[in-house]
Amino acid sequence: MSTAVKDIPSQFEVMDQSLESQMTLSMGPQHPSTHGVLRLDLRLDGELVIKAIPDIGYLHTGMEKLFEYKKYQQGIVITDRMDYLNPLGNNLAYVMAAEKLLGIEIPERAQVIRVLMCELQRIASHMVWFGTSCLDMGAMTPFWFTFKEREKILNIIESASGGRMTPSYFRIGGLMMDLPAGFENRVKQFLEGFPDALKTFDTLITGNTIWHSRTKGIGIISKEDAIDWGLTGPSLRGSGVSLDIRRANPYTGYETYDFEVPVEPDGDVWSRFMVRMRELRESHKIVQQALERLKPGPIKADAPKVVLPDRDDMRKHMDSLIHHFLIVAEGFNVPPGEVYLPIEASKGELGVYMKSNGGPKPDRVHFRGPSFVNLSALPVMSEGEMIADVVAIIGSLDIVLGEIDR
Amino acid sequence: MSEILHEYVEKLKAENAEWVSDVKDALGEVTITVPAGSIADASRFLRNRLEFDLLADICGCDRGPEEDPRFEVNYHLFSTIHHNRLRLKVLLPEDSPNVSTVTHIWRTADWHERETFDLFGVKFEGHPDLRRILLPSDFDGHALRKDYPLRGYEPYSMN
Repeated sequence: MSTAVKDIPSQFEVMDQSLESQMTLSMGPQHPSTHGVLRLDLRLDGELVIKAIPDIGYLHTGMEKLFEYKKYQQGIVITDRMDYLNPLGNNLAYVMAAEKLLGIEIPERAQVIRVLMCELQRIASHMVWFGTSCLDMGAMTPFWFTFKEREKILNIIESASGGRMTPSYFRIGGLMMDLPAGFENRVKQFLEGFPDALKTFDTLITGNTIWHSRTKGIGIISKEDAIDWGLTGPSLRGSGVSLDIRRANPYTGYETYDFEVPVEPDGDVWSRFMVRMRELRESHKIVQQALERLKPGPIKADAPKVVLPDRDDMRKHMDSLIHHFLIVAEGFNVPPGEVYLPIEASKGELGVYMKSNGGPKPDRVHFRGPSFVNLSALPVMSEGEMIADVVAIIGSLDIVLGEIDR
Repeated sequence: MSEILHEYVEKLKAENAEWVSDVKDALGEVTITVPAGSIADASRFLRNRLEFDLLADICGCDRGPEEDPRFEVNYHLFSTIHHNRLRLKVLLPEDSPNVSTVTHIWRTADWHERETFDLFGVKFEGHPDLRRILLPSDFDGHALRKDYPLRGYEPYSMN
């Protein structure tokens, strides 16, 4: 007994010595599994992570400064470049903030198309997350399957907006243009094939025992910690908090759609993985419902001083021509005020703070990026884990550096 | 929606009237202007008693060099329980843009405060690690201030 008591301090001494010889490893910014240009300052004891300090800013492009020098409608193209995996979500948050300041009502068809496109984009974004997080952990095959599905969605988005990664499809007061002919069939075709793809993913990964042992019990964050660290979206729902902005503060008519909010209780990499996998099915359901609701109608709000007129109108009506000229040359004035508009982007709460002082350019635009906040909780999840698990945890947070650095 | 929010404002006033210097209700959002000295106390009350458990965002704002007070710091509060939102606003003068930190109330405030410090030069007293986050540590000036030119003072080099 007495020897055992003596043994304990000596074990601690051994640990202390190894702590003194701890090593600092700079992971990134050119590391393939850091999803861009994230650098992690890792303090290691062997393979054990003692401390993880994220270092960001390598992709900072001063977007928030740029907004102040651009007219409201010019800001939309900047938002595409933030979370480049979910550009339509960024467009939506930005235009909705401006619409709230202007007090514009959006017609039904435009609302439905917005929901439809955003959910397709959410699936595309989750496809990249799924493919790359598997790739990070050495599973290369799923990547090809997920990018095949993503390609189909990007083709659909391209057919409507002309852009694959940078659609800028939503405009203040409605949409850029109406959907092209044959759009509904394309979406239907995708929806028919998608359940089979989900089955493939499940066969490849969800039931895979190697995957289970790499993800279960790794990177745990408790419910209280998750809220305290401001996690939102799938990362928060993976810790057992049922919070979805589409349900909590509904926008563009999400309250009328029938879908579930998936929640998993454990707070580990596996839970966050399962939440996203189940979300894919819910998004699939929402797209189906939106497609059924698609009825002919106007796609732009009745606000001639804000919304660009149709080309046809400009040829026939003098006032349309004048409005077009004024909107393009001078922009439109937005009433003074400030709004904070949150939406549920694919990674969590994307909030836009927009302040106007009455002119054609915003006084301040600030984006609360979900990746930015989720990444700040990385040290809590990764300290005490193995270095190989840090890669798994970053993958499970689904970060995009374009949005973190702005 | 806003009636419930006004109830919170009344509760906050009842706890300590000095915490609330102005209340604005516009576009369905309630903004409470809080004196810079009481932001931590008011935040603690809002978090612990009124269940605003998630700090969604902190963002700075520069009203322009000619304005006094020049800087704003906006705190966007959210409750995961009753799903309400509230904005706290702190006004800070140009010569001493100092406000106490709320990192001990919501830990997520850490990076938000660093960002606001980085881009506006607002100092959060008591912050455990207040250094630049987006811009390099040797960067000169605070880029989101209105008097900072869009293209900077001179081309930045990484030397």
